[in-house]
Amino acid sequence: MLKTFPKGGVHPPENKITATKSIQRLPVPKTVHVPVAQHIGAPAQIIVERKEKVVIGQVIAKSGGFVSSNIHSPVAGVVTKIDKIIDSSGYKKDCIVIRVDVKDESNFVDEVFPIKHTIEQSSEEIVKIIADYGIVGLGGATFPLHVKLALKPDQNIDCLLINGVECEPYLTADHRLMLEKTEEIVIGIKILLKAFGIHKAIIGIENNKKDAIIALQKICKNEPDIQIAALKVKYPQGGEKQLIRAILGREVPVGGLPLNVGVVVHNVGTVFAVYDAVQNNRPLTERVVTVTGKSLETSGNFWVKIGTPISDLIAAVGALPEDTRKIINGGPMMGKAIKNTNIPVTKGTSGILLIAEKEASRKEVQNCIRCATCVAVCPMGLEPNLLMSLTEKTMFEQAVSEDIMTCIECGSCSYVCPSNRPILDQIRLGKTVVKKLDLLKN
Amino acid sequence: MLYSVLLLVMLGVFAALILYFVSKKFYVYEDPLIEIVEDALPAANCAGCGFPGCKAFAENLVKSEDISEMFCPVGGNETMKAVADILGKEVTEQAPTVAVVRCQGSCEVRPKTTEFQGPLSCSISTLLYGGETDCEYGCLGMGECADACDFDAMFMDEKTGLPVVITDKCTSCGACVKACPKDIIEMRPKKKRDLKIFVSCMNQDKGGIARKACSVACIGCNKCFDICPKDAIKMENMLAYIDPDLCTLCRKCVPVCPTDSILETNFPPPKVKKEDTKKPVKKVKKVVKEISEDVVATKVKPTVKKEPKTATEKVEAMVESVTLEKIENNA
Repeated sequence: MLKTFPKGGVHPPENKITATKSIQRLPVPKTVHVPVAQHIGAPAQIIVERKEKVVIGQVIAKSGGFVSSNIHSPVAGVVTKIDKIIDSSGYKKDCIVIRVDVKDESNFVDEVFPIKHTIEQSSEEIVKIIADYGIVGLGGATFPLHVKLALKPDQNIDCLLINGVECEPYLTADHRLMLEKTEEIVIGIKILLKAFGIHKAIIGIENNKKDAIIALQKICKNEPDIQIAALKVKYPQGGEKQLIRAILGREVPVGGLPLNVGVVVHNVGTVFAVYDAVQNNRPLTERVVTVTGKSLETSGNFWVKIGTPISDLIAAVGALPEDTRKIINGGPMMGKAIKNTNIPVTKGTSGILLIAEKEASRKEVQNCIRCATCVAVCPMGLEPNLLMSLTEKTMFEQAVSEDIMTCIECGSCSYVCPSNRPILDQIRLGKTVVKKLDLLKN
Repeated sequence: MLYSVLLLVMLGVFAALILYFVSKKFYVYEDPLIEIVEDALPAANCAGCGFPGCKAFAENLVKSEDISEMFCPVGGNETMKAVADILGKEVTEQAPTVAVVRCQGSCEVRPKTTEFQGPLSCSISTLLYGGETDCEYGCLGMGECADACDFDAMFMDEKTGLPVVITDKCTSCGACVKACPKDIIEMRPKKKRDLKIFVSCMNQDKGGIARKACSVACIGCNKCFDICPKDAIKMENMLAYIDPDLCTLCRKCVPVCPTDSILETNFPPPKVKKEDTKKPVKKVKKVVKEISEDVVATKVKPTVKKEPKTATEKVEAMVESVTLEKIENNA
């Protein structure tokens, strides 16, 4: 019997079209737009000027606070301007535009580093490297990693969970990374274990990635500290609270963090970035992005420089299919539709999904029939229909007492609703208003 | 027969006695002034004063010693004067204001580049992105402001997709200002004959980008800023703003605006020159913006409440005929 989280969850069609396609390197674009707000927290402060020459890995924007992160130049070239561009948030944000120097060979050389097994740095040095090299959580939340590593004296953890679940349909970036960079990921886990000073790590992988499970098990045979947990396929198992419940059986308290139950969760993409930074001295300037869609003839996984426009990614898989109605940044469940294809890839972009006309439209909204299907599937044990109507009636105080803020916005409720009600849209609005009104204090 | 009557009488007296003692025992003293003040208020319960309703406002008026900061925008100075007379406290006079919509981005001048499929709500759309057009500052056109208006002083023009304020009905309660997630609606002083000049745009992008997204956007060219004799125009983030307190309604800024983003309302229309073919078209648009209360009130008002959908169509038809009449008269 495979492990999973007990409450709620759905199982949408997996559609992992790109699961067998190895990660290709995307050609370097002519210009890159690097947004300064790629992570949760304060945006980074720009420290380069117009016409300044930059090299790969140079810091171009410095961390703007404790919860913030450095941003490095992904290419060698010249800063042409400091501009504003619509990013995946849908609004114009500051970004640094760098024209790639075509004469500079470092842009086009794909350095291959031999795998380094010994970890020379001490745990303090590892934390410093991670902070300096701008590593953030690559699972989607883009939370600066060094903040997660800086434990207060009263916080104790005993287990490190590695999230290789990738429960979103279509996306295969983490899956491919686990297959192709298996050894590096295991060393990356050891680096994080050293940084925390603990001796237990569990990699959680859903059972639809059997090849990755076998590959990791093979390498981890001689690693007593690292275990592999095969999990039942269920969305949203990649949510950290669900993952902790599934693997360790611990329940994160309402309003609490995984730290409260002695656990820290990291994505496999993040672990690989940690390996690259600590062993190869490379800052986070590129990531794996899945480009997929049912009507695409070719689709694939790519190593993409941060700041590459999404139009380049689509060009790499052929032209935009004519029946495309929606382009989604992320997976189909939690991703966000984007406004145009000039939007750059950021540290949080895990996939680009093209949705065809027949699947893109929302169906007609009908009245709630009180079937409680949304209550049954909510992984947090909330009552989505109630939260939706409380928001509609602007009864935000009651919504807070019904724990609206614990919603993880997984969208299972909207997915199953037989009346096609926009449940998550309303709950998200309610959460925003509650934050704005500051109702949580009382 | 007699026994049953007696029994009922006794029951009645007994119940009355209980009620009498209970009402004495649990009597809550309420300042009689509160009721008197509440009667003087307009009873609109719009919360424009910042309190949950007229009752709460009356309580606060009676309780607070200094009420000079409190104001009922619906009742205006007359109501506040009446309240001051009742309570013997001092109130400050405030100039009457009216809501103006600072966006002219109709479907014609501001083409849609994307389509929003979610629920028709401005605030939900705002969470996702800047809107269906390339201007992320402009009106989203889903009518949350018109829904918020308790006085039927706002409706969505189906042709332009923008909200229209019926100035005579607007009580300046501010519900629409709070409802708008883009802060497009502003309360501006209601001057004599409701004359207004304001920049009807919120776009803070650079000129080229703004113009590309919307042909009537403020492009931050500074022409109005340079010509204003009273320094009433401020330029901030590539956007002009006319300070209503300093503006003397001289109308010098209106013709210099290259994108027609400065609106004048209720002024007598300028004489139409023969060579200028564009101006009459512009005038139609501006007159449409300001619908006079008489037309809507006398002819359409009864149907507005019963059948809102057909009514808006009717309003539109009325507006068109009125504007045409006006233009003919002016010519």
